[in-house]
Amino acid sequence: MVKYFCCAGLLKNTWDQVCVAYWQRYPNPYSNHVLTEDIVFREVTPTNCLISRRLLTKTSRAPRWMERYLPKHMASSAYIIEDSIVDPQKRTMTTLTWNISHARLMSVEERCEYRINPENGSWTEIKREAWISSNVYGLSRAIQEFGLARFKTSVTKTMKGFEYVLAKMQALGYDKPVPVTGGHLCEDTSQLKWWVDHKRPELGSGACSSLPAHVTLSILYLCIISVFTRDLREEWPSVALSAIK
Amino acid sequence: MNSVGEACTDLKREYDQCFNRWFAEKFLKGDRSGDPCTETFRRYQRCVQKAIKEKDIPVDGVDFMGPNKDKPES
Repeated sequence: MVKYFCCAGLLKNTWDQVCVAYWQRYPNPYSNHVLTEDIVFREVTPTNCLISRRLLTKTSRAPRWMERYLPKHMASSAYIIEDSIVDPQKRTMTTLTWNISHARLMSVEERCEYRINPENGSWTEIKREAWISSNVYGLSRAIQEFGLARFKTSVTKTMKGFEYVLAKMQALGYDKPVPVTGGHLCEDTSQLKWWVDHKRPELGSGACSSLPAHVTLSILYLCIISVFTRDLREEWPSVALSAIK
Repeated sequence: MNSVGEACTDLKREYDQCFNRWFAEKFLKGDRSGDPCTETFRRYQRCVQKAIKEKDIPVDGVDFMGPNKDKPES
């Protein structure tokens, strides 16, 4: 059984600007969980599309109260692949993101399409779909619900990260790439971050709303119980854990 | 942003700067005059592919856009 989710997003920037920002969105104040980012494949096709594969490492820390129940050898980070196709003729970008570690426990696949907004040629619309599945016997439904709740939270962070980088690009002048800084947060983040958090509250609401609190707590309770089952001692859905810290 | 290979971060940043400039100023504007970043990409890839093998990251053998084939909408 697979949990399917779909939502739409809007960025009030041109498709070109969004594509440029896409490659420069790490690091940003909303991406502290992203540890490394690498392009591991890239090519321009005969039809002049850019195809790329990006490898990301993200944190998978458990909350402190759970850490003592988990095996010592549990991997502390998760690997994610992000494939993309940029078509400058059609003005579309399609991305597919999925985890290649801990996948047996929970698999999250996300597909996005970035297109020019048909009502405003200066804006970009994003169609986002996700498929969440788990093969853990007896707990797959609970894990999938949990994964879905966590995914919705991550969509908010993604959009805020985009807004932040686009604002930074605008401040520099769009024709200049955002300076590649150190491995940590960009300089001068506080004012821009305040703007994204306070002036664009709609980025945290709308089509991608969270599960009610009592549902989230029920799923948490089920996950606590599952720590004592053998299946989950072997592995843990790193993407789920990072949501409940 | 850091590379998964600690030794590759400088090479990655050098490549990123070249790519970002080419992407915005040439590729998106339909200029097919060629990729000026080939050499810097090659240097970066030599380093990062070695790091991926050393860390045993299962990137190989995964089809491009592979998992999205025959996806149900339910």
